[in-house]
Amino acid sequence: MEKKHKTPAVSMNKTTVNNLITYGIVIVAFVIVQIVNATGNMSSLMTGLLVPICIYAIMAISLNLTVGILGELSLGHAGFMCVGAFTSSVFSLSTQDALPAGIRFFLAILVGAAAAAVAGILVGIPVLRLRGDYLAIVTLAFGEIIKNVVNVIYLGKDETGFHFSTKNAMDLNLSENGMVIMNGPQGITGTPKDATFLAGTILILISLVIVLNLIHSRTGRAIMSVRDNRIAAESVGINITKYKLMAFTISAALAGTAGVLYSHNLSALTATQKNFGYNQSIMILVYVVLGGIGNTRGSMIAAVILTLLPELLRGLDNYRMLIYAIVLIVMMLINWSPKCIEFRKRHSLKRLLGKKEVA
Amino acid sequence: MISFISYFVNGLSLGSVYALIALGYTMVYGIAKMLNFAHGDVIMIGGYVVFTAVSTMGLPPAVGILLAVIICTVLGVTIERVAYRPLRGATPLAVLITAIGVSYLLQNLALLIFGSNPKSFTSVVTVPALKLAEGKLTISGETIVTIITCVIIMIALSMFIKKTKAGQAMLAVSEDRGAAQLMGINVDGTIALTFAIGSALAAIAGTLLCSAYPTLTPYTGSMPGIKAFVAAVFGGIGSIPGAFIGGLLLGVIENLSKAYISSQLSDAIVFGVLIVVLLVKPTGILGRKISEKV
Repeated sequence: MEKKHKTPAVSMNKTTVNNLITYGIVIVAFVIVQIVNATGNMSSLMTGLLVPICIYAIMAISLNLTVGILGELSLGHAGFMCVGAFTSSVFSLSTQDALPAGIRFFLAILVGAAAAAVAGILVGIPVLRLRGDYLAIVTLAFGEIIKNVVNVIYLGKDETGFHFSTKNAMDLNLSENGMVIMNGPQGITGTPKDATFLAGTILILISLVIVLNLIHSRTGRAIMSVRDNRIAAESVGINITKYKLMAFTISAALAGTAGVLYSHNLSALTATQKNFGYNQSIMILVYVVLGGIGNTRGSMIAAVILTLLPELLRGLDNYRMLIYAIVLIVMMLINWSPKCIEFRKRHSLKRLLGKKEVA
Repeated sequence: MISFISYFVNGLSLGSVYALIALGYTMVYGIAKMLNFAHGDVIMIGGYVVFTAVSTMGLPPAVGILLAVIICTVLGVTIERVAYRPLRGATPLAVLITAIGVSYLLQNLALLIFGSNPKSFTSVVTVPALKLAEGKLTISGETIVTIITCVIIMIALSMFIKKTKAGQAMLAVSEDRGAAQLMGINVDGTIALTFAIGSALAAIAGTLLCSAYPTLTPYTGSMPGIKAFVAAVFGGIGSIPGAFIGGLLLGVIENLSKAYISSQLSDAIVFGVLIVVLLVKPTGILGRKISEKV
């Protein structure tokens, strides 16, 4: 980053410091969790939440790239998570005997991310031609299609190779030693539990490095120019489709990575409305909105807090979603209502003047 | 052949419900330029009101429906006043997310009040089933009533918009809000009226939907809501005949693909058709193309 400055900067510039703070937060959080864990002060409930926290933090970082940086509303983000989860599970199950756990999980992450990226390109090419609300609804449609299609796939493996069907498990014609990997609506069972908090933290850091470096690069500025004024960007020669597709694909790949963590954290993986439907996509959108649209660090922190909150407020469980909804509406009204913006501006000015007088 | 006709008619009936819901989406979009994501949940509230009035309190169905229409209308106008009006002039994304928040709020309110157990809805339709082709083809009373109601409402709504001053004001606001205001039209009032009409239609749609598919949960409205929204986009969002055509087409496609292709994939097929339509004609079947000014 410093190379772009004509005069070599001695001290680090603001964005670098900001990025380092973000990485620092993740590392400090990781260390704190490890210390608490080592001293035995961690409840089993919290231990079970560590990997989901990583999953949703990555999802928030990923969706923030689409919504905040690219400026397009995607309501089908859970669909990419679904693709990553299922492809990586299939990979892990079919190579369970051939590869040692560490390498297998590493490859599974790559497979999941790549599959989600391919899905991102396939979805992105048609979808990104549309604008605004239409784009939002088509991403929602794609998310639902992915979830539906996964539910009718039957996939098995025996000595002769892979067998595929869309009818039922019997139709696979597996030999006696064969193994059903994907069992339609029953999904995948027996995925090795490779996902650990360490792996999750490393993946968060990698996602952060990718997204933060992208934002502050030439490409990132081009992407943001498309967001801020499409026509102006086009008129200065920015290839809009290319940058949109690039951001969308990276975002999908990161969501796929989160999916890998998701599937390798559960022994039974099914695609339901709750985990990969539009409700999940909207949930992640809530993280991004509450964290601040376009603010990567904020989205990540919001994801962590909102994943923890329901567990901390277990007594309020029934009211949890109600509180979510109200907080969401109030946040949007305070942040975006023209009157509130005006009010805030006036007040902050007064406060600023007041402070000056004191000083 | 007989079974095909039966599936087709059932599709038309489902499509009529979608069309009624889609009308609410499309009118609000045409006039307020926003996607009212909470519309599907207003349907669910309408269903619960009728359920409470008829099954719990023992009121006659007609009173139940009237109550549902009134409560949903008030609800729709209140939502507009509290959540959407302050955001007028903000980015569409902010309004959309607020609408999602309202949708969550309604779902969870219903969850708290009525619980998550599905309620079995007693059909409010008393019309006997129609038997055709020597009893081979049965068309249920719900189907007949749904289709007829939808057609009547469509005609009434078109007349309202063409013939009345309020309807003309709605057209004017959807055409150009600023100019309409300069001509002395009460823009806020017109938008509130649109929400009122859309929500009243949602109450009727909710009653019909629950009569045909008699399980009622706090999430009953969300999937039909999404589908009806797809129907509105399909027909060209903002266009009232478009919502009608889109709704009917969607219902028929969904029912036929359920019957002949795969019941699990029917949703995927519906959404697939939407994507294809939008790619060929990005503004929907009857949508107008608006050229962009720099």
